[in-house]
Amino acid sequence: MPLFKAHYNLEKHSVGLVIGIILAGSVGGLVEIAPLFTIDQTVETAKDMRVYTPLELAGRNIYLREGCYACHSQMIRTLRDEVERYGPYSLAAESQYDHPMLWGSKRTGPDIARLGGKYSDDWHVAHLNNPRDVVPSSIMPAYPWLSETPLKVDDLGAHLATLREVGVPYTDEMIENAPRDALAQARPDSDQAAGVTERYGEATTVRRFTTNTQLTEMDALVAYLQVLGTLTHLPYETETPVTE
Amino acid sequence: MIAQLTQAERVLAMVLSVTLAFVGLAMAAVAKQDPMAVHGYIALFLGGALVIMLLRTWDLPAPDEARFERYYDDPIKFGIVLAMIWGVFAMAMGVWVAALMVWPDATFGQAWSSYGRIRPVHTTGVLFGFGGNALIATSFHVMQRTSRARMAGQVSPWFVLIGYNLFCIWAVTGYVMGITQSKEYAEPEWYADIWLVIVWVTYLVLYLRTLKRRAEPHIYVANWYYLAFIVVVAMLHIVNAAAVPVSFMGAKSYSAFSGVQDAMVQWWYGHNAVAFFMTSGFLGMLYYYLPVRAQRPVFSYRLSILSFWGITFFYMWVGSHHLHYTALPNWVQTLGMTFSVMLLVPSWASAGNALLTLNGAWHRVRDDATLRFMFIAAVFYGLSTFEGSFMAIRPVNALSHYTDWTVGHVHSGALGWLAMITFGAFYSAVPLLWGRERMYSPTLVEWHFWLALAGLLTYVFALWNAGITQGLMWRTYNEAGTLSYSFLESVEAMRPYYIARTLGGLLFLSGICVGAFNIWMTIRGTQTMAADRPLAPQAAE
Repeated sequence: MPLFKAHYNLEKHSVGLVIGIILAGSVGGLVEIAPLFTIDQTVETAKDMRVYTPLELAGRNIYLREGCYACHSQMIRTLRDEVERYGPYSLAAESQYDHPMLWGSKRTGPDIARLGGKYSDDWHVAHLNNPRDVVPSSIMPAYPWLSETPLKVDDLGAHLATLREVGVPYTDEMIENAPRDALAQARPDSDQAAGVTERYGEATTVRRFTTNTQLTEMDALVAYLQVLGTLTHLPYETETPVTE
Repeated sequence: MIAQLTQAERVLAMVLSVTLAFVGLAMAAVAKQDPMAVHGYIALFLGGALVIMLLRTWDLPAPDEARFERYYDDPIKFGIVLAMIWGVFAMAMGVWVAALMVWPDATFGQAWSSYGRIRPVHTTGVLFGFGGNALIATSFHVMQRTSRARMAGQVSPWFVLIGYNLFCIWAVTGYVMGITQSKEYAEPEWYADIWLVIVWVTYLVLYLRTLKRRAEPHIYVANWYYLAFIVVVAMLHIVNAAAVPVSFMGAKSYSAFSGVQDAMVQWWYGHNAVAFFMTSGFLGMLYYYLPVRAQRPVFSYRLSILSFWGITFFYMWVGSHHLHYTALPNWVQTLGMTFSVMLLVPSWASAGNALLTLNGAWHRVRDDATLRFMFIAAVFYGLSTFEGSFMAIRPVNALSHYTDWTVGHVHSGALGWLAMITFGAFYSAVPLLWGRERMYSPTLVEWHFWLALAGLLTYVFALWNAGITQGLMWRTYNEAGTLSYSFLESVEAMRPYYIARTLGGLLFLSGICVGAFNIWMTIRGTQTMAADRPLAPQAAE
């Protein structure tokens, strides 16, 4: 066969093989990935979608640091049982500002895409401190150091600025006020608190997330967990049938 | 190590070591309180240790010209030893993380030892530490033997191995300090990623230069697979790791991609790490060591060609099967599923080619545990590629995704295929490389084989049961039309399976410990054979 004859000759050229490998290996990615950046319908337009506040972002970074994504997904599939268990299925718009996304691949624990508002702050604090205090048969790790570790806020402006470089619409004002906003979101009676809702919207939760006297990593993580699934109302307005 | 280097090469090695030490010092200096400083100190320490080692042996006599007529085996030996160290370490970590799912408080209450931080230590340690070193070491062996030529570089093989291991050490020490991009199987931060690109390009150049020196007109099929492994892993890594650091003085970065695009890029990377790291590279290993050990030629040359290009082309399409029923557009899911099913053809062509090669050598499979390791590897390669294609079908995935079935599938590949073929290759190569007639103890090879097989079967059976039970519990409805089980009930139902999988892991770990001891004793034994050397080049046909 001429094809095998051609290959017989290709095998004598290492660079030819390398070029062949690059060509054969590029097609799939180009066809499947490139259009996701150009087709408009890929990500729905959610007019009310807001960005993470500095405190929530700091909490998200703690979530990353502790590797929570290894056991919790944040992606409700379009299946009837998942929608009934967790809530409306996840839309692409909801994670459009997530660098990186945290859809996850394993549910050793439940999906938490719509965790926000399901439990009280106190429950989260107790649960994170030692899950077995509130859920006796839980196998989740305990995170007692979160309440003891002060939150690092001084560099949050740089974090917001970096996220703006990769496409998240943070304003100059948000970047400038980031450390103060982080503190103020957990201090509703402070002078700065009004600035948080002014910059991030009326729906932003401004309250004491823990009883700790200073701002700790626990405050940030709870603030993040309480915002999951609440950044936009679009999933509750979208009605598309799910797979039985 | 240094005795093989000429004066000029020793100077080059010294320059590289000093540079590494300075880079480490600079990292530590700018990072200050950031955990990246620890990585700076690690590089500084490693660079310093290399400088001291070079200085202490600086005056050794220069090698004779005859060295170019011998194969360059020292880096291979180093790579094999490193792979075994990583294997024992990472599998022990695996047993620990498995135990944490039964006894969640087995962390000593320390932040660094919590599940989410040490789980990537296990995955990176096995995949990149054990698997990566095994691939680099065996590729150095295969490229020289099948080309009948000495490796082209003298210092670059060491640079590749030491540089690669620095990357792995940065990765695992980073996770326990909380440095992670949290992209599965691509967790290391931006500076480690850049460093890996430098190491990897050096590796590719070394490979191509060695092939250029070959005394054979044709490039043997094992090398195609190693080349695909090196080239495609570079493509995947560079795209998926694209990120912007918050500051060049700290570890934290933000991925260039977000949301649905990030998910697709991540699983295009993630599944092809399986394809080109865990499959293509190890098929290179299979195509060399299995025929050599069985003393049979590869069954079919044409099947080799078809399966090679089939794997290289099809695999790159299938990543989206990790995202069925998600917010990823349907057309991409459908493409991923379709190609996943088609992928079974080249996968089974490879597995079949390997098994048919054993025709006429079945008595050796029976008697020789080393060859039996490779036989089991080919069988499990066939089984897990079938399972993979099956799980990629959308309705099957509805049940299997997010459950322990996926974890079981990965381990059927990682333990059954990747580790088994590596042990077969090591047991073939170690006596040859160290000039021994055989392994220190063939009985211990048998022990290792049966421990590994028992561990593997215990593990995958436990997780098949776990995964299917979980998947069914999540979707079971009662007569009133509501969900029957709470999530917590599904967690409680997992306990016996998690205990069984920990035991399976423990068996597999004891197997590799026996193997490491056996290899160590073989190395310590006395040399009984002369080292082989490349034959004089012959004219091409």
